[in-house]
Amino acid sequence: MSLLSARDLVYTYSQGSPLEHIAVNKVDFDIEQGEFIGVIGHTGSGKSTLVQMLNGLLKPTAGTITLDGVNIWAKPKEIRKIRFRVGLVFQYPEYQLFEETVAKDIAYGPTNMGLDQEEIEDRVVNAAKFVGLKSELLSKSPFDLSGGEKRRAAIAGVIAMDPDILILDEPCAGLDPVGRDILLAQIYNYHKERGNTVILVSHSMEDVATVCDRVMVMNHARLEMFDTAQSVFSRGEELSGMGLRVPQITSIIDSLIEAGIPLEKGVLTVDKAVLGITEYLKKEGRL
Amino acid sequence: MRDVTLGQYFPCDSVLHRLDPRLKIVSLITFIVLTFCTFNFCSLGVVAALVIAVVALSNVPLKMYLKSLKVIIIIVVITSILNLFYGQGEPIFEWWIFKVTLAGIYNAIFVCARIICLILFSSALTFTTTPNDLTDALERLMKPLTVFHIKVHEIAMMMTIALRFVPTLLEETDKIMAAQKARGADMESGNLITRVKALIPVLVPLFVSSFRRAYELAVAMECRCYQGGKGRTRMKQLKLHKRDYICMAVSLLVIAGVILCNIFLPQIH
Repeated sequence: MSLLSARDLVYTYSQGSPLEHIAVNKVDFDIEQGEFIGVIGHTGSGKSTLVQMLNGLLKPTAGTITLDGVNIWAKPKEIRKIRFRVGLVFQYPEYQLFEETVAKDIAYGPTNMGLDQEEIEDRVVNAAKFVGLKSELLSKSPFDLSGGEKRRAAIAGVIAMDPDILILDEPCAGLDPVGRDILLAQIYNYHKERGNTVILVSHSMEDVATVCDRVMVMNHARLEMFDTAQSVFSRGEELSGMGLRVPQITSIIDSLIEAGIPLEKGVLTVDKAVLGITEYLKKEGRL
Repeated sequence: MRDVTLGQYFPCDSVLHRLDPRLKIVSLITFIVLTFCTFNFCSLGVVAALVIAVVALSNVPLKMYLKSLKVIIIIVVITSILNLFYGQGEPIFEWWIFKVTLAGIYNAIFVCARIICLILFSSALTFTTTPNDLTDALERLMKPLTVFHIKVHEIAMMMTIALRFVPTLLEETDKIMAAQKARGADMESGNLITRVKALIPVLVPLFVSSFRRAYELAVAMECRCYQGGKGRTRMKQLKLHKRDYICMAVSLLVIAGVILCNIFLPQIH
């Protein structure tokens, strides 16, 4: 049995009015425990609507979502429990900070879960560690932090709920390149250490290619592809038809292959590309 | 939360849309006063005819007007019922302490008709005039007040900005609420105090981001050398056209009609 499955998922905004708009159309998928899933798609393709349905913030117009084999809307009054199990970090999450101290803000989720004080403190410290937030910042006001630190604090607020599935909507948007890489690495380490399922919505093909096992491609409200990162990014032409592209390094290797150099197709990271090229050069005796 | 019709512009083309906003505001005020100066059915009929003409001329679907009436229907019903029992004279129907008189019935009809006319007039104005045009016109109309050192331009600018940010803030509220719900916020259950407390996680970020927006807007305006109303020229000059003079003439005729009806026909009360 899959951890999270969607069957015939549909979401329509302002149904029945002239502004009716289908944001997600007949989407099916299964996600297994411990996977790292990437979601790509151009703006307005329905990614954000899809992830908001997965934790019960939006109720599907049609279709079902099952978590551990149970329909999440079976008991609408207990939808909060689903939200604790499927943690969602919104885009620009730093705008949701409100408490007097960072520690209190991170504790907001766990407090809502009704945990005891000791457990909450434990989780706050651990969550802060995962996102690389220095412990002396915990007693500061969240509004005194820098932009990157605020982002980390907000993400820690969701991690502290220890969700089975962590969904991040564009966690790296607006960060500087170094900050992006560090945050992404921290999310990856969190996934490795806890073994949790992570769903990462991103505009950066490079980010998705580096960390994700499987990739969902959304286009015009439909789920067009759902496959391993390698096979998704080997379909470069289809992707560019959807306003997406493959990672830069993949397209460089692809053009080298086209130029007649025998390299492996579907290379996703720079490290792998370097390895392949040096191997080829050594074989040719040029290195 | 977004279904508030009262005060929403309806984009389409009609005579009313093209009228000078200053004229529309002055007419609205006059018509409202006029609505409350109807003392017999004949003058009420004149005003009612005017309302129907205005609604028809505005080219806005009737459904929109009905929607704005829906908001105040309870007030209309309650005031009408209260007025029903609030008349002197011979009772035509009596039960316990309730007495319905002919005057009471007339009262109820007048109150009901007046409120409906009032809402329809003001809806017609807001449906056919963009908020920006409205504040622009208000600024012009209040210009004489500068003599008393009232900063008319600044007030108008504040109103424009406030109107501009209403939809933005609504959207922001939705987003923050969703984010806090994702962290298990419970805003739907509990008694009044717990509910108000549950709003803090929404209100604090909303305030913070409003201040941030205000600061950014101020910087952006200063970058474009904004320095208040002094010596500021306008891109859109308001000018009275032929249709505006016709509208003025019609309005004057209606006013005259109502006054004549009031003078020459017997009053109800």
